[in-house]
Amino acid sequence: MMNEKILTIGSTVALPKPELDLLLADLRSNGYQTVGPRLQDESIVYKEIEGLKDLPRGILSEQGPASYRTIQTAKDRYFDFIPGSQSWKQFLFPPRHSLFSAQKDGKWQIKENDAPAPHYALIGVRACELAAIAIQDRVFLRPDFYDPIYRARREGLFILAVNCLHPNATCFCVSMGTGPRHQAGFDLCLTEMDDLFLVEVGSELGLGLLAHRTFELPSAFVQTAANQAISQAAGEMGRKMDTHDLPGLLTEHLDAERWSQVGKRCLSCANCTQVCPTCFCWDATDQTDVLGKQTRRERVWDSCFNPNYSYVFGGNTRPNIRSRYRQWLTHKLGQWKAQFDVLGCVGCGRCITWCPVGIDLTEEVAAIRQEVQS
Amino acid sequence: MTPSQIDTAPVYAGSAKKLLLPAWAEVVKITPEAEGVSTFALRFTDPEVQQRYRWQPGQFNMLYVPGYGEAAISMSSDIESAGGLVIHTIRHAGSVTKAASRLKVGDVVGLRGPFGSAWPLESVQGMDVVIACGGIGLPPLRGALYSIIRERARYGKVTLLYGARSPKDLMYPGEYEAWKKADIDVQVTVDRGDETWTGRVGVVPMWFYQFRVDPHKTAVLTCGPEIMMRFVIYEALARRIPSEHIHVSLERNMKCGQGACGHCQIGPYFICKDGPVFPFSRLESFINVEEY
Repeated sequence: MMNEKILTIGSTVALPKPELDLLLADLRSNGYQTVGPRLQDESIVYKEIEGLKDLPRGILSEQGPASYRTIQTAKDRYFDFIPGSQSWKQFLFPPRHSLFSAQKDGKWQIKENDAPAPHYALIGVRACELAAIAIQDRVFLRPDFYDPIYRARREGLFILAVNCLHPNATCFCVSMGTGPRHQAGFDLCLTEMDDLFLVEVGSELGLGLLAHRTFELPSAFVQTAANQAISQAAGEMGRKMDTHDLPGLLTEHLDAERWSQVGKRCLSCANCTQVCPTCFCWDATDQTDVLGKQTRRERVWDSCFNPNYSYVFGGNTRPNIRSRYRQWLTHKLGQWKAQFDVLGCVGCGRCITWCPVGIDLTEEVAAIRQEVQS
Repeated sequence: MTPSQIDTAPVYAGSAKKLLLPAWAEVVKITPEAEGVSTFALRFTDPEVQQRYRWQPGQFNMLYVPGYGEAAISMSSDIESAGGLVIHTIRHAGSVTKAASRLKVGDVVGLRGPFGSAWPLESVQGMDVVIACGGIGLPPLRGALYSIIRERARYGKVTLLYGARSPKDLMYPGEYEAWKKADIDVQVTVDRGDETWTGRVGVVPMWFYQFRVDPHKTAVLTCGPEIMMRFVIYEALARRIPSEHIHVSLERNMKCGQGACGHCQIGPYFICKDGPVFPFSRLESFINVEEY
């Protein structure tokens, strides 16, 4: 196998685009469920894909506060859009997961959910999204506790990464130090050119898979062009955030006037937390029949914007939207650092795009910074 | 929970491999305590779990009532009594705890735990201890009281300040005499007396006006309604008791007990994992921020 001899972790090859089809087929025949971007309802969603035919061909995206548009072009390119509301979070941390069911027949009989975790291959993971997975790894895989649902999915994960070349107006991964160029943590990483993919090998798993494909060594010209495209993308960030002492700025100014102003705009709809690739709060609920003899216990996504989130008998800790928004932002950009030694934001911009009233956290941070400095 | 706060490593009931899957326990005895409050004695159905289960006063379990969900409930007994049964004193206030009020002896519930930090009973040895609690705040401190009584000579003057809304709401009234005999200064107060009440009327923090404390050798352990704790802390600080010697037990909505679900956050802490018992020195920079 000549291919394996010239391939090592860290090497980059030029892969003809149709070869990606075969690579996905190999993944599937190895037991992976391949999930990736699809065009649906004029947006991009992540769901099962079988090959290139399912990818959003020639699609560009345009984003702004409370706005997401796809634009069809004639180009033979598959990863020019910036992702929609969904993130990979939904595969590792399912929005709704059955824990066990119970039936009362004299005594309660318990049936655990023993369904094996799917082996996902994530196709088209952006650098900010991979950073989000790394953050959730710290949340769900702590030394003193691990989330068994997350761990079972994470351990079997294959990651095919993509370098972003066309950032949108809500992107600020450069500010957060997460993108647009992938650094590590992937199995394979694509940079898409008009007529081929440049593929960087990131793991033994990726190497073994790529070795079965037909590829060429890339010309210096193509490699330079790809590097230039990524560098150019880094210069086209639509937003930026000054991260200097961000935890201190927010957690030491809980009385800033700006919290009241944003509290008046915020609808407390929880969209930001649902689209956020790092938000991890969850609830547990019992789905019980009317006779109270059958129940199914589920773990579901929750949000610090939900009124019940902080409810205890006697009242709600955060009855006002102002304090819920403050909790969200001071946690994500503040206390997260103390808890997990990393900020909870990767600069993907989803919370800006999918906020129905277009609240922009980069603007809120800048306003608080200005308020406390003046 | 940090190892320094727990003398004996807790033995966890539940499953690390299955999220929220509890160990099952049978209701052995139900004792009504006061209006809407009862004490449940529970025995794990798996003898091995029953044998290994250990906890410290101040810690809590997540108690699961099938069909309704879980609630965080402190253990309310002496750690060494009750034949190893798990004792929970429950106020039937929310959906889960109201469902618990309909449990009968022989019914099965789920338990996960113990979770959280314990009262710092070792580090307050040699000090005067003021235990200030109100309402359902006494059960989480009852185990601490019994641990102190067992090693009574290791502590200075020990005062229990306990307040309830009315004489009918007082819990464990049959035990006060035994506590007094064990050299605990038991001070009971009610918000409103009735025709038979001859004791003190007023709120718990008022006690500080009537007794002298030596601030340099006094520790405060407090649990109860937030408004009560707020004023206990205020009175203690006003008497120059250092904030690191004022220990509070906080309550928030909890779904997991393991610092995972996010609900019980306050500042940088997950109350279920980093608390529920905190020295006030770790909270004072943000605890008074409205709705934080």
